[in-house]
Parts: sequence; C-alpha cells; structure tokens
Amino acid sequence: MASITLEGLKKTYAGSVDAVKGVDLTIEDGEFVVLVGPSGCGKSTLLRMVAGLETITEGTLKIGDRVVNQLEPAERDIAMVFQNYALYPHMTVYNNLAYGLKNRGFKKDEIEKRVRIAAKMLEIEDFLERKPRKLSGGQRQRVAMGRALVREPAAFLFDEPLSNLDAKLRVQMRVEIKQLQRRLKTTSLYVTHDQLEAMTLGDRLVVLNAGQIEQVGTPMEIYARPATMFVAGFIGSPAMNMVPVEYLHARGANGLLDNLPEGTDIVGIRPDDMHLAPPEGTHLIVESTLQLFEAAGAESHLYVNLADSDQPTVIRVSGQPPVAEGETLRFYVTRDALHPFNSATGKRTGD
Amino acid sequence: MVENRPWANMFAHTILIIGVALVVFPVYIAIVASTHGPGEFLRGTLPLLPGPHAIDNYKAMWNTGLSRAGAPPAGQMLWNSFVMAMAITIGKLSISLLSAFAIVYFRFRFRMFFFWIIFITLMLPVEVRIIPTFQVVADLKMLNSFAGLSIPLIASATATFLFRQFFMTVPEEMLEAARVDGAGPLKFFKDILLPLSITNIAALFVIMFIYGWNQYLWPLLITTDPDYYTIVMGIQRMTTAADGDPQWHLVMAAVVMAALPPVLVVLFMQRLFVKGLTETEK
Repeated sequence: MASITLEGLKKTYAGSVDAVKGVDLTIEDGEFVVLVGPSGCGKSTLLRMVAGLETITEGTLKIGDRVVNQLEPAERDIAMVFQNYALYPHMTVYNNLAYGLKNRGFKKDEIEKRVRIAAKMLEIEDFLERKPRKLSGGQRQRVAMGRALVREPAAFLFDEPLSNLDAKLRVQMRVEIKQLQRRLKTTSLYVTHDQLEAMTLGDRLVVLNAGQIEQVGTPMEIYARPATMFVAGFIGSPAMNMVPVEYLHARGANGLLDNLPEGTDIVGIRPDDMHLAPPEGTHLIVESTLQLFEAAGAESHLYVNLADSDQPTVIRVSGQPPVAEGETLRFYVTRDALHPFNSATGKRTGD
Repeated sequence: MVENRPWANMFAHTILIIGVALVVFPVYIAIVASTHGPGEFLRGTLPLLPGPHAIDNYKAMWNTGLSRAGAPPAGQMLWNSFVMAMAITIGKLSISLLSAFAIVYFRFRFRMFFFWIIFITLMLPVEVRIIPTFQVVADLKMLNSFAGLSIPLIASATATFLFRQFFMTVPEEMLEAARVDGAGPLKFFKDILLPLSITNIAALFVIMFIYGWNQYLWPLLITTDPDYYTIVMGIQRMTTAADGDPQWHLVMAAVVMAALPPVLVVLFMQRLFVKGLTETEK
C-alpha cells in the first residue's frame, strides 16, 4: 500500500519525440486512478514509466516515500497486468502465479498459500494445473490478474487489460476488477482508451492528450464540467456538440446568451441536453434537418444538420420518437446545458 | 483435400513409389552387399538377395577394421564421429542461443554490425576458409585432437539467425512480465526463453548432428593419427586400399553402420523435430 507521486515526468524518445511532456500527478493510497486518452496520447508510456519498463527522461517518480526512478521493475513493488496477458505459455497456471514469488525467494508453503488464496478469489482454482493455451480469453485474463494479486504489491498497474476480450466479458471483468480493487484497497493505475471503462472504473480520471494532462477529476466532475474542448469531445458518447455562439445569436437567442463568460465564442451541448419538447423556463430553439435516425433500444440517436449551417450534430433522446429522415426538427436547449469554451485556447471560459 | 479421382490417385502413388524406390535401392544394395563374402563382388554382377556372412562382416569391421588399408576398427571410428558430432552440435547450439539472445535482447554499440558480421559468415562454408583455418588449428597444436575436430566447426550463423528470428516472435511483454516478476536477464533466458525454444532446439539438434556426423573434408585434413579417424573419412580410406581390390563387403558393413546414428537421432527426435519446423508454442 502506497501512494504514487509523479513530479514533472517527461519522456523523450530518440529523435526528440516528446511522448510525455511533463506530468504532475498524485495517486493517493488505495485510490483507483484511470488514465484515459486517444491512442498515441502517451498514457501507456506514462504507465510503463511508473512500472519501470521505460526510462524516465526527466522528473521524479515516487512510490510511497521512495524515489524509484532508477529502480528495476521488480524492485518497485508493483505488479502489472498486460494487454495481451503475457502469460508464460510453457508453465502451468500455478507456476505462472508462483514464478514471481519464487524469484523473490518465498518459502514453498507460503507460495502455495498465496497462490491458493488468489486462485480462490479469481475462481481459477480448477485450472491451476493447466497450461494457458488451454484457457479461454476470460480465464487467461484472470490468471494475469492472479499473477499480480499473489505478489500483494504496493500498486497494481493495468495496461488496457480488457481490450482483448469480447464486449460481454469486458463488462463482466470490469465489474470484477472494480470489486476486487474495492476489497483489496490497493493503489491502482489503469490505462484505457475506452471512456466508458474509464468512467465506470475510476475513483479519479486523468484525461491525457498529446503527452499532457488535460484534466484530472472524478468521472462525474469531468463529465459535468469538462475543462477543455478536448475533454468535452472525448468523454461522453456520443460526443458533445460544439456550436458557435455567433450562430446561436443569429438564430435568435432570447437574451439567453447575454451572460456567457467573457471570451466565449463556442458552446458545447451534450446530445442528451437537446430536447425535442420545450422545457420550462427560458430556452434556445434551434432548427435542423434529420439526416439519420439510429435506434439503439432504450435510446435513439438523431444525426441532424443545423439549419443554414450544415453543421452535423447528434441528439440523444430516450425511446423512439416518431420522426422521419429528411424531416425538419426543432430542439430546445436550456441555459445550464451550455458549456462555454474559447475556441482559440480550447479552454473552458467559466461556469 | 477430399477428392475422388482414382486415376489421379494412382498416378500420384506411382510417382511417389518410383521416388521412394530410387532413394531406397542404393541403401538396400549396401545392406545386401554387407552380408556377402569377399568373392561375390569380383564376378561383375551384384547379388540382390542377402548372403550368409552378415555377422562375420560386421564383427570383423567393428572389432578389427581394415588394418591393411590403414583403417582402425569401426567401433572406434563410430565413437570418434559421435564425440565430434555431439561436440559440434552442443557447441553450436549453446553459442548460437547465447549470441541470438544478446543480439535480440540487449542494446549495445554496433549491435547490428555484429549481427551482419555473423550473417555474412553464412556465405563462407568450411571449404572456403579451410586453408587459413588449418593454419590456425595447426599453430594452436590442435591437430589430431577432438578439440581440433570440433571447435572450428562450432560457430554457426545459421543457428544464430534462426534463434534470432524465433526470439523476435516472442512477445516483448513476456520479457517485461518476467522483469516485473523479478527475473534478471539470465533467469529470463533460462526460465522462459529456453523452454519456449525447446522445439527449435530439437530441430536444430538433428540438423547439426547430421552436419557434424557427415563432416568429411575437415577430419580428413587434420587427422593423421588413426585414433582420431572418424567413420565418414575412414570409409574413404578403406576404398583406396593401396594394393588389391577394396574389400567391398566390409566397406559396405562400415557404410551401414555409419548411416545408422543419424537415422536413430531423427527417429528419436522426430516428434519434436517436426513440431519445431512447423509450429510454435505461443
């Protein structure tokens, strides 16, 4: 059990490619932090730097009170779960779990005890004598987790551990990881590109873009108040719509836009904040043409083009409204649904 | 493929049987020839059925050899061949495993340079470098010794190259997982990499053993002491008897004995051998 502290962490690859451009972050003891961002944003590199698999170009990394910049992965007291599991194919599940303990010079009965406990926790007791080749994807995933578990490390590092599983299994494992982490209270750092996974798993989210932190916060903080246009577009599915303020003014704003913070020239509107029926209180009315209707069971996505601007916009409504493609739709937006941004800086202007 | 074309089937089988016959017939002749008495070959026609002298011939060859032609007993020559082939095989495997490990998993200066140097030696077979190699071995006083027989043949670009290719297919996460699990480079090599390459090792073992066993020119050059004659070059000595006709029945007995060990190696390692050439366990 320990906190992890990143101070100005930088990674520069040969040929001066900056993969990570200075990251400050503190992960509290027992916290579950998810690093999320698009591919190539440096999230995996950052995790591998914490693990000790990549060297740190600049900055300090502390696990607990120890500076671990120069330590080998094995000396950092962390355990890692890899995307492709990286199980040792020639060893039985039991030996896969025991290998790390053997290397650390644990006694045989202690190893046996720990492996049994971990196997029981992950429900892989029946496969202990099998080789990984004979296991299904979900079972391999459990073994990979077990290998991290038996070590009882100060921190778990997960590198997109669910991306090789099918959709159903992914949801199931996601729940199990969350429950496991709750029970063990081990500090965890989890990398994913899947924003739904990030939202549901993390105590806190770290949204990364181009090697830098865009925003840190609880999932709901980030969802409700994205700090930059990038975060606004990345978290939430379908993505937030960005509408220029000028356009809304031209369509008749009813004075609703008068108190927007200074410098606001674009507003973000979540697809679920665009209503087909007029809400109470003051609101904006925007007209649009329905291009595509997507029914997704409990909800529907309406892909529309705003009138006179051709800007594609997505609206999410519950159920299946009686609309036809090509129809002109009117939707209504209230003041508190607007996220004000400045398009030049990409930052939120207030609120 | 499931096909029902009887004529095509028959045609294919005919071709295959002819092919097998072509390969097997000389072997059969050798076996038959080794069972006849000394006079049979001088009549000009080769007998096609086994004769009554098999045990005598093999016993004579195994125990006494052809002293008139300067060939020691076959038993001893077989032993020499075996020692040389094993030394070459084991030496080649260990050196190439280690050098492939270094080239794939370590970043050091001139890494690619060394790789290409090793690779280029693929183009230089023993025969090309035989004179300078002989000089080196002679200067090191290794003529007429097992060291001289095997060491110059141990360096192997082929095996290094094959192991390098195999190591590169082992996912990098495997190394990283081992590092997180507290295994140093040598431990990773011993616990993970070696067991993973076991089928490749078996396949190369067979190939290298036969390569070593079949060495002819090199032993011929550096051994003058009959104690170090190997069977393959020994056979050559038997056939060039100084006076009189070669004792074909005895030579053939030696030939059959010389052909057996590689066959045995292939038989015993067959399962692993085929696996190593066709599939990988990952």
